[in-house]
Amino acid sequence: MIPISWYLVVGAVLFLIGVLGFFVKRNIIALLLSVEIMLNAVNLTFVAFSSQHAQISGQIFVFFVLVVAAAEAAVGLALVIAMFRNRESLNVDRSNLLKW
Amino acid sequence: MIQALFFLFAAVAVGAAINVLVQKHVLYSALSLIVMLTAMSGLFILLRADFLAVIQVIVYAGAIMVLFTFVIMLLNLPADEDGADRLRWLKFIGIPLGLFLLFLIIATVWNVKPVRTTAAMIGSPQAIGKSLFSDYLLPFEATSLLILIALVGAVVFAKKDL
Amino acid sequence: MIEYFTSWDFVILIIKIVVIFGAVMNVVGLLSWIERKVMARVQMRPGPTRVGPFGLLQPMADLLKFVFKEDVIPSQANRFLYIAAPLVSLIPAFLTFSVVPFGPWLQVTDLSVGLLFVFALTSLGVYGIALGGWASNSKYPLMGAMRSSAQMISYELSLTLSVVGVLLIANTLSLRELVLSQQSTWLGFIPRWNIFLQPVAFVVYVISGVAETNRLPFDLAESEQELVAGWHTEYSSMKFLMFMMAEYANLIAVSSLATVLFLGGWNGPMFGPQWLQLALPIVWFAAKVGLFVFFYVLLRSTIPRFRYDQLMKFGWKVLLPLSLANIVVTSFVVAVA
Repeated sequence: MIPISWYLVVGAVLFLIGVLGFFVKRNIIALLLSVEIMLNAVNLTFVAFSSQHAQISGQIFVFFVLVVAAAEAAVGLALVIAMFRNRESLNVDRSNLLKW
Repeated sequence: MIQALFFLFAAVAVGAAINVLVQKHVLYSALSLIVMLTAMSGLFILLRADFLAVIQVIVYAGAIMVLFTFVIMLLNLPADEDGADRLRWLKFIGIPLGLFLLFLIIATVWNVKPVRTTAAMIGSPQAIGKSLFSDYLLPFEATSLLILIALVGAVVFAKKDL
Repeated sequence: MIEYFTSWDFVILIIKIVVIFGAVMNVVGLLSWIERKVMARVQMRPGPTRVGPFGLLQPMADLLKFVFKEDVIPSQANRFLYIAAPLVSLIPAFLTFSVVPFGPWLQVTDLSVGLLFVFALTSLGVYGIALGGWASNSKYPLMGAMRSSAQMISYELSLTLSVVGVLLIANTLSLRELVLSQQSTWLGFIPRWNIFLQPVAFVVYVISGVAETNRLPFDLAESEQELVAGWHTEYSSMKFLMFMMAEYANLIAVSSLATVLFLGGWNGPMFGPQWLQLALPIVWFAAKVGLFVFFYVLLRSTIPRFRYDQLMKFGWKVLLPLSLANIVVTSFVVAVA
């Protein structure tokens, strides 16, 4: 048997990699990918706890997280396309018109 | 055997996630993310959530990442972006701070005690369906509305002339 | 753990895998012969006749030709993705056969979510085409790959939704249980196949299956008159062979799934001595799959190609509402009856 804390550690490491990616990367699509990594780490934690307590609600929640990730990816990518049409670049540092 | 599989899937997932950060071209990052999603699906199967594992491959690796891959291929940018590399020092502060955050989280989750469960629960489609359509019916309908909103929003945002 | 690897169960599993994999590889080669012969006869010409009796060794000759051809990688192509794309296309196509029940004793594994596993592999097969077209770094492959991937993900929806009607009746996702649920008969001689209970779903599934595997009449993405050869323009010899094998394996996989879901799988009249009764289910299964394959090859020989916007319109505006309406009607009937 694998103790539950091993799955939680893997989830924590993946979450950390997502957070680091979100801070360090400059490409907008890479930022969206880092958000997906974070969501996946959370999914793993939910499923691990659901398996431990033998309750199905954890997996139901993962369902909803999956749906929200899909919706967010779709709208985010549409925004990326709209941004790219106006600026010809995917660098987030270039989207600084509101900066004083 | 299960331990060997766990280490294999966990190593592939973490390695692919690190590869997402390391790669310069964003298409390689997206492909590494697909590998990571498939490894996560393997971890779900080890946790006996087999329905969710297959749904993860169908929805995440098979639909969302296709969307990402399409957008990256259509935008077709060169590998490294131009622009000042003013955030180079951020990596040197960020990684130690991140490792500190990781240490804090692991110190918390390391002591989670395994609860002795009587029944071996399997995330079968019957169990998920029974719960999804009775206890969680309202969130289910709300997510259908959410998908409709996302659909309309994506089409509107990507139009050339509104 | 070592006890499992030296037990008879493991040996039988390995034998099953070898037999199924060998059979599928052989049928893929045979399918290319069937396609050429049937297409030729429909067009009133003899087809391959020179190599072996009835041209049956033609696939061998083709294989030798592919092996000896020069393996070209374009200089501007993305090397890693160019070499990986045929593999990404081939592996899910062959992996599908690990859950298909060929007979009551010939199935590699019976997953409790076997049907969804097959659809997951179909979703992953899109990447082979998209990456192959993009990695070739040339305009015909890129356009062909984009069109083909968009077509595949659109028809995946109606493919998956058309099957939900069958699932509502059978109450299980495992392919073995789906075959077992179609074993009885009505009135003593009409078999209880799902095609009689779900005709609309059957038609939608067959059409979506053609579109999923990029066959005529839905093959605008790889047609000769439009796009040179679509997403596999720049591929030669073994990589092209892998793409072709993946396409034929996908065709056989779609046909096998259609027989399991709608035609009752390996069910059929049983007669004869004990050894014949062991082999007879596989014969029935092969006959039904052969029927679908023959139908698909005939479809290729006779019907002209859809234009791309007609194709997308058909998938989204006709097949998808049809499969959704089928789900609604079926759930009403199942709830009432």
